[in-house]
Amino acid sequence: MRDASPAKTYALHIGVIALLFALNLVLPDYHQSLFARIMALAVFAMGYNLLFGYVGLLSLGHAMFFSAGLYGAGLTVYHLGWGVPEAFVAGVACGALLALVIGLLALRTSGVAFMIVTMMFAQVFYLLILYFAAWTGGDQGLVIQQASRVIAIGGASFDLTDPTVRYMSALALFSIILLVTLAVVRSRFGRVLVAIRENEERTKMLGYNTVANKLAAVVAAGAICAASGAAYALLFGYVGSGFASVQYSILPLLWVLLGGAATTLGPLIGTLFMYYVTDITSGFTSAYLLIVGVALILLVLFFPKGILGSIRERWLRWLP
Amino acid sequence: MHFGPHLLLAALEGLVTSAVLALTALGLSLVFGVMRVVNVAHGEFFMLGAVLAWAVSTAISGHPAVGFVAALVIAPLLVGLVALVAERLVLRRLNYNPEGTIVATIGMLYIIQQLALTFYGPEARPVEPPFSYRILLPWFGYSGYKLSVVAASAVLLVITWLVLTRTRIGLIMRATQYDRETAQAFGIPVERVYAGVFAVGAMLAAIAAVLIVPISQAHYLMGQDPLLLSFIVVIIGGLGSLRGTVVAAILIGLSDGIISMFFSPTLAKIIATLVVAMVLVFRPQGLFGATSR
Repeated sequence: MRDASPAKTYALHIGVIALLFALNLVLPDYHQSLFARIMALAVFAMGYNLLFGYVGLLSLGHAMFFSAGLYGAGLTVYHLGWGVPEAFVAGVACGALLALVIGLLALRTSGVAFMIVTMMFAQVFYLLILYFAAWTGGDQGLVIQQASRVIAIGGASFDLTDPTVRYMSALALFSIILLVTLAVVRSRFGRVLVAIRENEERTKMLGYNTVANKLAAVVAAGAICAASGAAYALLFGYVGSGFASVQYSILPLLWVLLGGAATTLGPLIGTLFMYYVTDITSGFTSAYLLIVGVALILLVLFFPKGILGSIRERWLRWLP
Repeated sequence: MHFGPHLLLAALEGLVTSAVLALTALGLSLVFGVMRVVNVAHGEFFMLGAVLAWAVSTAISGHPAVGFVAALVIAPLLVGLVALVAERLVLRRLNYNPEGTIVATIGMLYIIQQLALTFYGPEARPVEPPFSYRILLPWFGYSGYKLSVVAASAVLLVITWLVLTRTRIGLIMRATQYDRETAQAFGIPVERVYAGVFAVGAMLAAIAAVLIVPISQAHYLMGQDPLLLSFIVVIIGGLGSLRGTVVAAILIGLSDGIISMFFSPTLAKIIATLVVAMVLVFRPQGLFGATSR
């Protein structure tokens, strides 16, 4: 992890962001919209990766943090008529708060029990959304009108339904979270997290409060996932209970495993790859879940380190 | 209908749920107890059992009982075979690593579900019960088949218990569960035990599904609820404890039947799931104190 060339690392990350910026100018409409979606969801995967990749906590319930952001932002816009920035903050705050509560409870367990507990809390969250269908729209969901998805700053106003504005907003969020993750991973805190993953007992013995560090990671990951959910609601104008279902807890796991756990750029690569595989294969088969299933098994059998993880192992030792 | 008979009906329905749940959860519990593998695809083995039961019973003409009995034999065997192949091809190569197997069984879940949707379709299809005798109680008539499901489940549970505690096979399984390495050192073919346990676990779920399918129809998404409920039962009963599993299944089945008759089923599920999550957080060894090793 301790790389001797921070310049190279930063250049790579800035380069990826610049590349994504340039793609906006050349991508055709359909792919531009797909890329905006991928970047918003890659943020979800990055949040998940912080916990799964760096701390080694396998959660099967992160759909609840994503949908806490989704509904936190969506419902405040829909029912209270809040503006876009306030709603986004509300979504992130909901996710962070939920993550704090869930973290306090679930971190009492570890290993398999942690997975089952997080899955169960996520199931409760999902059922609550269905139960309060009068406000949440249940499995039908709610559509957020274009008029309430406009940001007014000073005299200028940005319409989030405009493809370019949407792409740029997704890119902005993605870039911020990417750089934040990079900073976290390179910080003292990030190293403690990796130490916990490698050997929790020893880390404890060295005098670190592992529970507090893990809780901080759960809350940070929850807030990032919620930011992704809030952005998704505001950029694409739809909230629905499907995003809280167990499938949306599995997908970030798949994306992270595919791209490479504990790599900063892995979540983006995994999300991008999986989206395009689905997009291309949907031309000749509707068996989307089959592809997800086969991909999961092949990955865990033959590429447990994922795309970037394997590249790092073979050639680029300095990749963060 | 008065409150008393209403409660009796709810309790009977709950008992049928318990019977099926106990078998399904027992399969999950065996696999976890012996192999330390959390089989997320367990609900899909259940679904596969029901779908195959439909396929077998429609392929065989004649009296419904003939088709049903054939399904009761053939469907679990086929499901066991699928499980055996999955164990050989995937779980063994992962060396039964807990996290790797969870990811892999999630993959199996999606594959089985999608194949069922592709080849069986999105419809719910019924299987005719082998007999349609109604037991007349003073307040209402009750399906004799449902009661026979409870009886069949009880018999199977007793057989499993006898095999586990009174036979050489059971001894070998318990030895493997207790300490894999020592068992291997004593010449127990641990890998074959694992393969067998995984297949038997899946077959128990398939048998439960064949028993329930005349009552509740076969559908490609029917594996989700049994999976979650089995998790709940196994956790509350204490991991790897047969007696705890049965007691917990009766508890969960009865309360599920009674609560969902008087309250909204969604609310019942929310409360049950939350309670179990809290049990797992604060009493990880289960309510019945059987320590998990």
